[in-house]
Amino acid sequence: MSAAPALVEVHNLSRVFDVSKPWLNRLIEREQRTLLKAVTGVSFSIGKRETLALVGESGSGKSTVARMIVGLLAPTFGSVSIDGIDMWAPASAGERQKLRRRLQMIFQDPYASLNPRWRVDRIIADPIKAFRLAADRAEIEHRVGELLGLVGLDPADGRKYPHEFSGGQRQRICIARALSSNPEFIVCDEPTSALDVSVQAQILNLMRDLQDRLGLSYFFISHNLAVVKHMAARIGVMYLGRIVELAPSADLFKTPRHPYSRMLIDALPDLAMSGRQRKPIEGEIPNPIKPPAGCAFHPRCPHAFDRCRRETPQLMAAGRATAACHAVAEGRI
Amino acid sequence: MHGASFGNRSELHRSAATVSEPVLSVRDLVIGFPTRRGMLTAVDSISFDIAAGEVLGVVGESGAGKSLTGAGVIGLLEPPGRIVSGSVYLNGKRIDDLEPEAMRQLRGRRIGMVFQDPLTSLNPLYRIGDQIVETIRTHADVSAATAWERAIQLLQEVGIQGASTRINAYPHEFSGGMRQRVVLALALCANPDLLIADEPTTALDVSIQAQIIALIKRLCRQRGTSVMLITHDMGVIAETADRVAVMYAGRIAEIGPVGDVVRQPHHPYTRGLMGAIPSAEAAPSARLTQIPGAMPRLTAIPPGCAFNPRCPHAFDRCRVERPEPMPADRSQAACWLLAQSAGVRQ
Repeated sequence: MSAAPALVEVHNLSRVFDVSKPWLNRLIEREQRTLLKAVTGVSFSIGKRETLALVGESGSGKSTVARMIVGLLAPTFGSVSIDGIDMWAPASAGERQKLRRRLQMIFQDPYASLNPRWRVDRIIADPIKAFRLAADRAEIEHRVGELLGLVGLDPADGRKYPHEFSGGQRQRICIARALSSNPEFIVCDEPTSALDVSVQAQILNLMRDLQDRLGLSYFFISHNLAVVKHMAARIGVMYLGRIVELAPSADLFKTPRHPYSRMLIDALPDLAMSGRQRKPIEGEIPNPIKPPAGCAFHPRCPHAFDRCRRETPQLMAAGRATAACHAVAEGRI
Repeated sequence: MHGASFGNRSELHRSAATVSEPVLSVRDLVIGFPTRRGMLTAVDSISFDIAAGEVLGVVGESGAGKSLTGAGVIGLLEPPGRIVSGSVYLNGKRIDDLEPEAMRQLRGRRIGMVFQDPLTSLNPLYRIGDQIVETIRTHADVSAATAWERAIQLLQEVGIQGASTRINAYPHEFSGGMRQRVVLALALCANPDLLIADEPTTALDVSIQAQIIALIKRLCRQRGTSVMLITHDMGVIAETADRVAVMYAGRIAEIGPVGDVVRQPHHPYTRGLMGAIPSAEAAPSARLTQIPGAMPRLTAIPPGCAFNPRCPHAFDRCRVERPEPMPADRSQAACWLLAQSAGVRQ
C-alpha cells in the first residue's frame, strides 16, 4: 500500500469454528455439523509506525483477526507474516520464537488481564525474564522503574498489587508490560472500552505519545468509530467476518463508500449538535451461523438488488478506498 | 450539613423551574451507606426538577452517583444504602417516605423503569406476553383478553414485527435490541408519568443503540412521558435530552439545556469532559483534553469543591468551601469561578 515495506502482511485470512452439537446428539437428532465462519478472506498490511484500525459491531470477527495475528489462534486458511516471517508456517518455528518478543498485545479488560496475586513489578518484569532481556536483577529493577515512568506511573508503584489501582492505572500497567520487551508492533483489542471518557482520553493520548517516541505500529480494534478515527490513519470496517471497506480515515468519514459504513457514520451521535438528522438503521445483525446468501449486508441495505442476493461482492478500488459492494462497483451509489 | 446555603439553593431552583408543576422534583437528596467508620455519602445533597414531557439526561463517570440517584428516586436502593435526608416529589406529592407497599404500587404505574441489561428485567421462564399481561392487569382492572390485545398493540408500537406471534416467545428467543424493546413495552404499559432509563443502550451495538434511542424519544414524546435518562455516554444525551445534569463525585457539577452544556460548558469539569470525547468531526491530529488524575473515592472526597485537586483554575476558596449551583447564562454550575466573575461584574 505504502512505498515502505509493510511490517505486517495479512493475506486472505479466514477462520471457521466448529460449533456442532456433540457426536451422539448429531446422530440421534440427524443433524449436520454446524460451522461458524468467524472471519472470511481478510487481507491488509500495516506499515512501520502506522496504525490500522478495524471497526465493527459485536460478532463481526475483529477480535478473532487480532488473535490470529498475535498467534493465539490458528487460521483455517490464509497467512499472517510479520517482517517477512510467517506466523503459522511450521518451517519458521525458530524465527517465530524471536518474533514473539517484537509483538505484544493489550487487552480490553484491565481487571482480567493482570494477575491479582503478583505485584506490579513482577507483572512487568515477566516478559523481560521470559525473553532474557536483562542480565541481572538490578537491571530488571531499573528497567521496570523506567517503564512505569514511561506510562505515567510512579516507579514506587511497582511494590503494589493490581487491586490498589484504578481501571485507567491498570491499563497503564498493561501498556508498561506490553512495552517491556521492546516490541515494534502492538495489537490493541478495545483498549479503552472498559474505561470512562476522561480516563480513555488519558490512555489514548499516552498511546499516541508512545507511538511517536518509540516508533510503534498499532493494530487497533474498537467498536467506537470516533476513537478509531482519533487513533488510526487507515480504517477497515468489518461486517459478519469480512472487511466491507478499507479506507484512509479522513476519506471514510468524508465519503464512506459501502452502505454499511455510511450507516455506521450516520449512527454516530451528533455531539456537535449541528442538527444533523440521524437515520436509525433498520434491522439487526444476522446470525453468523446462517449468514444471508450473497452480500451479507443485503437484508439491511437500502440499495440491495438481485445481484446482491446471489453473488458475494469482492473488495474493489473506489477512490482511495476499497469497498466490497456491487452498487458501488456499478456506480449506482 | 449544608444548612447555611439551604435557602439560597431552593430559591435558585424555584426560579429555574417552569411555570407548570414539575413531574419529578428532587430536593437536597443525600444517599449514604452506613459503615463502621460513619456514613459514606455517595450522593451529596442534589436537587433537580423534571418538567412534564421533558427528557433530563444525567451524565457522569462511573462512581459519580448517577445510578444511585435513579434508584433513590424509585426507592430501589440496595441496603445498606439509604436516603439519609432530602425529599423526592412526584407531581407535587412526596414519595420518598412512602411505605414499601405503597411504593411498589407506584413503581410501574406512575414510574416506569428500563435498565441496562434487558435480560435481568425479564423473567426467562415466562413468555413475554404473559409478563406484559401480568403487568397490565396489576395496574389496570381489565380482562385477560383486553390485556392480551393491549400487549400485542404495545409490542407493535415498540417495533416488534409479527407481534401477534412473537408475543408467545420466551425472552431468550429475542436479540438484545429486541429484548430492550420488550422491556420498554413493559415499562410503558401502565402509561407512567415518568420513565427512568438507566444506561438503556450501553449493552447494545451502535446501530441498535440508535434505534432504541429513537424509539424512547418517539414513544415518550407521543405519550408526554417525562424521562430521566442516566448514561455515561454524552453522545446519547446530546441526541435525546432536553436538559442535562452533569454529576461528579455525588454532586451536580452543572445542569442546563443540553445545547448550552455541550457547546458552552461553564464548569471546568464539564469543559474537560467535553474535550476528552473523541469526535468524528475533529482533525485526527488534535490531542484530546486530559483531566489529570481520577475521580476521588467516596472515602476521600476532598473538602470544598470535590473537583478542586484536578481543576486547573482552583483557588483558595475552592479548597475550603463547597460551591452550590449558581446561575451561568441559562445553565447552573457549581463553581466558585462564576461567583468570582459575577462579583467582578458588580
